[in-house]
Amino acid sequence: MSEGRIRSAQWPMHLVLILAALTVLVPVIWVIAAGFRTQISLLIGEFWFTPNVASFQEVLFSKTSEFLSNFGNSAIVAIVSTLLVLVAATLGAWSLHRMNVPAWLRNSLLVWSMVFHMIPPITLAGAWYTLFRTIGLDNTLTGIILAHATLNLPMALWLMAVFVDDVPVELVEAARIDGATTPLLLRKIVIPLVAPGLAATAVLCFVFSWNEFAVALTLSNKLTATVPVAIAKFAQDFEIQYTQMAASAALSIIPAVILLLVCQRYIVKGLTMGAVK
Amino acid sequence: MSAGTGGSRDETVWRWLMLAPTGLLLVAFSILPIINLFALSFLNISWKDGKATATAAGLSHYAALPADELFRAGLSNTLIFALFAVIGQLILGFFLALLTSKVTRGNILYRTVFILPILIPGIVIGAIWKLMYNPDFGLINQTLGLVGLGPFDWLKSADTALMSVIIVDIWHWMPFCFLLFLAGLEGLPQDVYEAAELDGATWWQELRYITLPMMMPTILVTMAFRLIVAFKVFDEVYLLTSGGPGTSTEVLSFTIYQRFFTEDRAGYGSAMSVVVIFITAMLLVLALAARRRTERAA
Repeated sequence: MSEGRIRSAQWPMHLVLILAALTVLVPVIWVIAAGFRTQISLLIGEFWFTPNVASFQEVLFSKTSEFLSNFGNSAIVAIVSTLLVLVAATLGAWSLHRMNVPAWLRNSLLVWSMVFHMIPPITLAGAWYTLFRTIGLDNTLTGIILAHATLNLPMALWLMAVFVDDVPVELVEAARIDGATTPLLLRKIVIPLVAPGLAATAVLCFVFSWNEFAVALTLSNKLTATVPVAIAKFAQDFEIQYTQMAASAALSIIPAVILLLVCQRYIVKGLTMGAVK
Repeated sequence: MSAGTGGSRDETVWRWLMLAPTGLLLVAFSILPIINLFALSFLNISWKDGKATATAAGLSHYAALPADELFRAGLSNTLIFALFAVIGQLILGFFLALLTSKVTRGNILYRTVFILPILIPGIVIGAIWKLMYNPDFGLINQTLGLVGLGPFDWLKSADTALMSVIIVDIWHWMPFCFLLFLAGLEGLPQDVYEAAELDGATWWQELRYITLPMMMPTILVTMAFRLIVAFKVFDEVYLLTSGGPGTSTEVLSFTIYQRFFTEDRAGYGSAMSVVVIFITAMLLVLALAARRRTERAA
């Protein structure tokens, strides 16, 4: 009975929350809907419209459109850079936090990665551009992958440090006494124990690489452009093709929505842990 | 052989091997580029047929900075942007997290909806809001039209452009504050609230004397986090306004992009980058000092 009273007393709070949720959702839904409109329907602002997929077809399959190859580029960059970060950060975090690395080295690496994380990426884009141009990696996916891996490494190092710290000392010592070598220890004990943390780190690195724009813009060309770069270019070159802009925006939200529905637990864990610790 | 746990030779070798990927990435792609930027900032670079020619510029790039209209506008707009956007996100995020933690049903659903903007690429958020703000058919002007207002061209007027970009950033990152606050609120000890309820505390007293003080560390960390990221703002500005109209939405990252890439002035752009990196490092030092001070006071 009292529970019912509590629930009914909550309706003003629900009202505010639903309004806030609508403020978040409506722009996204409105743009997705705009992708299904014709230009005229959008311009005269009619409320009811007959959905058609012409804009999506244009974005995905027209001869001039490179959206599918942009999608492929983004996928390659995000997946490979995430794998690179995971390997570097897991090994690095274990080495820094559990293997007696000299304190001065550990502290300077951690402070440096903190400073590096704070710097606006565009300040480094120029230097990366010059560097990659000298070694022939400008306009290549490899260049973007290396840049994204470096950008995400500090965050991954902190997150993995938190998870690595949770591995019980007794377990590690027992394994050592049994004569386990470091690779065996990592494979049999550390990696299984930090797996949930690894998943959280992986999801965040993937999302941040998929979304990254400034660096990808400066390090890519037409062939190696990622999705955000392509959308920015589209928005500038064809400013008045509104429905196609809406359609490409709708398409590029798909990975975010899938991750939100499938990996929400890891996203929340990664985001909150990175800030709280 | 090193002291401590299991200092075998195996461990000494692996310690360095395992640190190598991190060390290599950081040295090659963060430390070297910054040294390179520093060197470039004293040069004039011109590209011809894929080859760079450099001539000495001395300190002239740095000397030119204070008088650079774009740089000055970028600096002040970035500060205004970061301040208002972060304040807006903190207040809204806290309020919504408080409500979500109070209601007994639908929490997960609300959380799912609120997380969505964090995951959308900044540039796509720019595209979404460029359409939303459109004076001819954008949802905002259509809605205002229902009550007989507008249409306004929000992004093309110097008076409203920066505010419009700030609103987009609040929409984009309020969810992040919400998420951290919700995690903080759910971690608070419940017995304090039960005691307060027994003593007949009002909801305001509860908020003022229990929730806010206990949440203060989370609020400060979230604020620091958000300020840092707000300082980097680029994507939304690039797509929504490109710094305009005039210099009304010029932000630091965009100025650097223009000077370095659009105008191809690598030396000058580098000097600007070095100054921004220096300012950022100073902010970090200040933040760490402030934290040490509050820790000592506590």
